[in-house]
Amino acid sequence: MKMTFNVNGTSRSEEAEPRTLLVDYIRTKLRLTGTHIGCDTSNCGACTVLLDGRPVKSCTVLAAQVEGRSVTTVEGLAKGGVLHPVQQGFHTEHGLQCGYCTPGMMLVGAALLERNPAPSEEDIRWAISGNICRCTGYMNIVKAIRKAAETAAAAAAEPAGVA
Amino acid sequence: MFPAAFDYSAPTSLEEVLRTLAERGDDAKVLAGGQSLIPLLKLRFATPAIVVDIGRVPGLDGVSRENGSLRIGARTRHAEVEAAPDLRGKLDALLDAAPQISDPLIRNMGTVGGSICHADPAGDWGAVMLALGAEFVVRSASGERRLPADGFFQGPFTTGLRADEVLTEVRIPLPAGRAGGTYLKMERKIGDFATVAVAVHLTLGDDDHIAKAGIGLCAVGPNSIKATAAEAALVGQAPSEAVIAEAARLAGEAAEPKDDLRGTAAYKRDVVRVFVQRGLRTAIQRATGARS
Repeated sequence: MKMTFNVNGTSRSEEAEPRTLLVDYIRTKLRLTGTHIGCDTSNCGACTVLLDGRPVKSCTVLAAQVEGRSVTTVEGLAKGGVLHPVQQGFHTEHGLQCGYCTPGMMLVGAALLERNPAPSEEDIRWAISGNICRCTGYMNIVKAIRKAAETAAAAAAEPAGVA
Repeated sequence: MFPAAFDYSAPTSLEEVLRTLAERGDDAKVLAGGQSLIPLLKLRFATPAIVVDIGRVPGLDGVSRENGSLRIGARTRHAEVEAAPDLRGKLDALLDAAPQISDPLIRNMGTVGGSICHADPAGDWGAVMLALGAEFVVRSASGERRLPADGFFQGPFTTGLRADEVLTEVRIPLPAGRAGGTYLKMERKIGDFATVAVAVHLTLGDDDHIAKAGIGLCAVGPNSIKATAAEAALVGQAPSEAVIAEAARLAGEAAEPKDDLRGTAAYKRDVVRVFVQRGLRTAIQRATGARS
């Protein structure tokens, strides 16, 4: 069956079987391999994408379910070659080691900041509680999201036109 | 992992859903959020011939107050219940349970109705609905039925729902007077199923005695369990430590836990007792604190 939905701002339309999982559709049909497959059992969050702005686990969503809706993958975070504040935060604070969980962590962080621009440490830890990292011990991931919040706040406070 | 092949139907009206279910019966499986069904499809524990996705049917979402009861549309996501305003002091167990279901990402997709119909003995909503005295509105091509939560959960993954029926909404009576409750859950980590969980809901009469009591137990039997003897021991009583202790003991007896990786049966039974004790204390505190 034909499936059509918006991915990172562009309408994409591909033929796929109804049983196709969203993560497989994204990786195989659209060749967007930033969305990872980890546990494949909705435990780890490596496959996190945003569905209409809210994080979900794409290993446990059928591609058919998102017909007509909007999906954001990690490839959709940077705009015009400029890193998203969360990506910059992970870079600055060294929020990753192996990087496998990073796309999911960054998307969860970006979704959190959309809803709560000044999250507490507890808010951040709560937001990432469905995403597993086996390297970092989470400390730098939390710092990275916090850094992103600060960066975004500083950018918003900067008077327009001042270089 | 990926599911066995199935036909897929995504009706845009409830009538079409009901027609398909009437025609296909046991061959069909209703898909709401998919957070329980899709894992079962992937493991091929479930191999329905047709999946009926109710994601595009209008009118199945949302939490609202209507005629003295709370209406929760069957497709309401757990995250929406988590964010539901002004239920504190009325339906505390509902508010306390929502953020403890699985993890935040699952709560963005998984639905209240889906969880109830899936009827996992370790599903959180079952115990909550039993404690709150909820009623389930179900529809089929031949009409509507209202099924009390008490009696709905008949065994592991087994409910009073017929193959041609779909749950459309949950109705929970809003307490008229002072009420309090909570949901206590023990889990090894966020996202795990409960080792034990307990839902408690009380209303107090004008004489400060317990007018109504609801206690639901999660993950300690073949299905969600209503601790009726413990409830009966509370009704009509003035709240006291002795009354609480007796109800907690009876709730422990109502549990039918099994030894597994999460703990022994004896341990789980004792956690039920302790959680009911703590839950009742909290419920009473909240109900009396709510006095205006």
